[in-house]
Amino acid sequence: MKLPVSITINGRLYEREVEPRQLLVHFIRDLGALTGTKVGCDTSQCGSCTVLLDGVSVKSCTCLAVQVDGADVTTIEGLATNGALHPLQESFWEKHGLQCGFCTPGMIFASHELIQHNPTPSAEEIRHALEGNMCRCTGYQNIVHAVQHAAEQMSGK
Amino acid sequence: MATRIFGSGIRRREDPRLLTGTATYTDDITLPDMLHAAMLRSPYAHATITRIDTGKAAAAPGVVAVYTSADIEGALQPVPCAWLLPDSDLKVAGYPCIAKDVVRYTGDIVAVVVAENRYQAADALDLIEVDYEPLPTVSDPESAAKSGAPQLHSDIPGNQAFHWVVSGGDADTAFENAEVVVKERIRQQRLIPNAMEPRAAVAQYNQATGELTLWNTTQNPHIVRFLNSVVTGVPEDKCRVIAPEVGGGFGSKIPVYPGDFLTVFCAKTIGRPVKWTETRSEGYTATTHGRDHIQDVELAGTRDGKITGLRCTVHAGMGAYLSTAAPGIPTILHGLMLSGCYAIPAIKEDVYGIYTNTVPVEAYRGAGRPEATFMIERLVDLFATEIGMDPVDVRRKNFIPRFENGHDTVTGLTYDSGDYPAALTKALDHVGYAGLRKDQANALENNRYVGIGITSYVEICGLGPSQVAGAIGFQGGLWESAIVRFHPTGKVHVFIGASPHGQGEETTFAQIVADEIGVDPNDVKIFHGDTDTTPMGWGTYGSRTTAVGGAALALTVRKIRDKAKVIAAHLLEAAVADMEYENGTFFVKGSADKSKTIQDVALMAHLAWNMPEGVEAGLEASTFYDPPNFVFPYGTHVAVVEVDIETGQVNLTRYVALDDCGPQINPTIVAGQVHGGVVQGIGQALLEEAVYDENAQLISGSMLDYALPRADGLPDIEVLSTVTPSPHNPIGVKGIGEAGTIASTVTVYNAVMDALRPLGVKQVDMPFTPERVWRAIQEAKGS
Repeated sequence: MKLPVSITINGRLYEREVEPRQLLVHFIRDLGALTGTKVGCDTSQCGSCTVLLDGVSVKSCTCLAVQVDGADVTTIEGLATNGALHPLQESFWEKHGLQCGFCTPGMIFASHELIQHNPTPSAEEIRHALEGNMCRCTGYQNIVHAVQHAAEQMSGK
Repeated sequence: MATRIFGSGIRRREDPRLLTGTATYTDDITLPDMLHAAMLRSPYAHATITRIDTGKAAAAPGVVAVYTSADIEGALQPVPCAWLLPDSDLKVAGYPCIAKDVVRYTGDIVAVVVAENRYQAADALDLIEVDYEPLPTVSDPESAAKSGAPQLHSDIPGNQAFHWVVSGGDADTAFENAEVVVKERIRQQRLIPNAMEPRAAVAQYNQATGELTLWNTTQNPHIVRFLNSVVTGVPEDKCRVIAPEVGGGFGSKIPVYPGDFLTVFCAKTIGRPVKWTETRSEGYTATTHGRDHIQDVELAGTRDGKITGLRCTVHAGMGAYLSTAAPGIPTILHGLMLSGCYAIPAIKEDVYGIYTNTVPVEAYRGAGRPEATFMIERLVDLFATEIGMDPVDVRRKNFIPRFENGHDTVTGLTYDSGDYPAALTKALDHVGYAGLRKDQANALENNRYVGIGITSYVEICGLGPSQVAGAIGFQGGLWESAIVRFHPTGKVHVFIGASPHGQGEETTFAQIVADEIGVDPNDVKIFHGDTDTTPMGWGTYGSRTTAVGGAALALTVRKIRDKAKVIAAHLLEAAVADMEYENGTFFVKGSADKSKTIQDVALMAHLAWNMPEGVEAGLEASTFYDPPNFVFPYGTHVAVVEVDIETGQVNLTRYVALDDCGPQINPTIVAGQVHGGVVQGIGQALLEEAVYDENAQLISGSMLDYALPRADGLPDIEVLSTVTPSPHNPIGVKGIGEAGTIASTVTVYNAVMDALRPLGVKQVDMPFTPERVWRAIQEAKGS
């Protein structure tokens, strides 16, 4: 059995028939062909698949495509505007907040959520907010610095 | 002098694609008509397979094929072990791609399903019927070595894969004459590497031409091509291996894996592209683990603090089969480093590599050196406590004095260069050591348990030369190669055999080229990770890619510089001997206006209208660089912890890492490597452990159950350095990828034990979970 769903990703509408069990992350990657969103685990621990769902950061492996019928999703491919990087992307670059890059899209969206609620987070608040996103390369230090830098850039606007 | 690009912490060129989701990792690849494979893995750690029925699975929706061991007979050779350790009675067990008759660990592959999509492949796995007769299991290497233990391989008595000995000086006499002997039993618990990108393979085979393309999550695509030809029979000239973007490896993407060869087999047999991507939980029982030593160590010394000998026996768990590089890790990369930073006159170690019913063990960040550093640095602290000396003073008393060009250890190595006392002094000055000890004493008066851990380490990396590789049984070379090609407009393409996977070497390589020949680093494009377009390379591991690959690249650019100088001289109608070079410009000595830039020369070399006699057109060179020796980075790390004795919680309050990796090409990238390495080592000390139960079932078998470091609860690492060039390397660089991990585990361990010392706690196994620490405190109170 397949069900029709309509999900807007990065401003483009995707109307597809899906199995009820299909995860949102697989909808994004397989049907949307947007592979910037990563699958790093199968227990919802790693946060690599974090996207914005109607403006809120969500691990896209924790919901089914059919659950989010009609939703508006932003993935890493949709974060820059007209080729200009988002301040979070710029800051991760500037502060060497990534190495292999696999966790980075998820880290950026988890950080995005934090800054929405707390425009001037302390290092400790950032570390707490990113508990649900794992990185094996950076030791998190430069990610924290990147998020702080981005928050400064964004509040300075 | 203008600011050198060598030494500048410029932003990484890799990042724009990674930050925008436009990079392509293996699992991101989708080919027309592509199928998906899934592996059925044994739920038993040791069992006889009495029946397999794949009928229902084969008939399931979307299923194209199901293969078992009978199907690969003759088509796939066993997975090779490529480090054949000499003089060790090495016994390599046959490692079939699909288990035949007997499974030997949970994770052993029993069957493969190929289906139209990943969901259908996973569904069909549940329909394969397998009957097992369970056999007795053993998961820890010491038990497995005992008589009467379950036997994994009928032709390998006592489960002993090898027995390797290193001996220098007369250790037994040192112990007979010792004034003081301290002993310790150390468990280097088994760890799971957990690169964030799960392993994957995509195979495309053209049945008409016999050509294979394999995209693979690997640290060494050329080794994959080489060993793939052995296992699948696809010759190297018809096999292209591509390591696209690779999301971390930490050693777990060095080996070749049964699942990858099976993916090739499926694509070849069916004639359609096949993708196989491990789930994370599958990876816990399918991708290699690290460490797993039981170490019995003793140190002999004098009452006044001189170390006179070190003796140890190590039981190293190898898993059910020998992974690609496994035998060299607890031996060559471990035992030869037991002298550490110290002039120890006598060392003897016996290493027993033991088969157990567990996932095969491979290199894991540091690979042998963290286990060696731990032994030495733990014993030095115990020795200091025993004789009532400050551990810093014991270290100073035994350090190898500063040396610039070679120091021979009793284990047979020649260290390159080092100033271990200076590193210690700088780190201690930075932390204010005397003040720290005062703070610690004050804290104790207020019933607060603060501990300080100090480690001086030296490690071996930059793996090469090849002659040594041959002597130690490594079934490959350890050189690296590069091709540098100038284009008419002076833009540069670099084709390099080394294959980084997150370390940022596209940036550092471009900096090397820019520094050597004065071009803008943005004018240099780096090609790597594709066996069809790059020259051979032996892989990124053992912190060797910058030291060996970077050196190959620098030498290649120097060849171009030499040729360019000849062309420039010709164009300027000057003698070559009268030419000088500076920052991208060749000029006639004493007349700077008579000059040609490297871009001018590149254009003229391509037009070739007016070349010097006997000089070929074009501006291109290549090098196969085989290093004369290893390199030996070193440093001092300091950790400060506070233990809550009511809960057993360890709080790491400060961490200082001083590392000397020689001249730093990009200090920002170096610091990033240190941060990540240190935190992985902290993970071993405080959090991580692969736990097997009495039936050799992996209890910590998912990311939910295995504790990885997270962002919270960690201090910022304070990064310091000293700079001692290596005389073994044309650009003086050592390595930095593993240093943090090599030093940090024992640094944190010693800090925690220092905090617990007033309570009488003598020994705690890692990781320091609150429960374990709390129990140790209660036991000490009770005794």
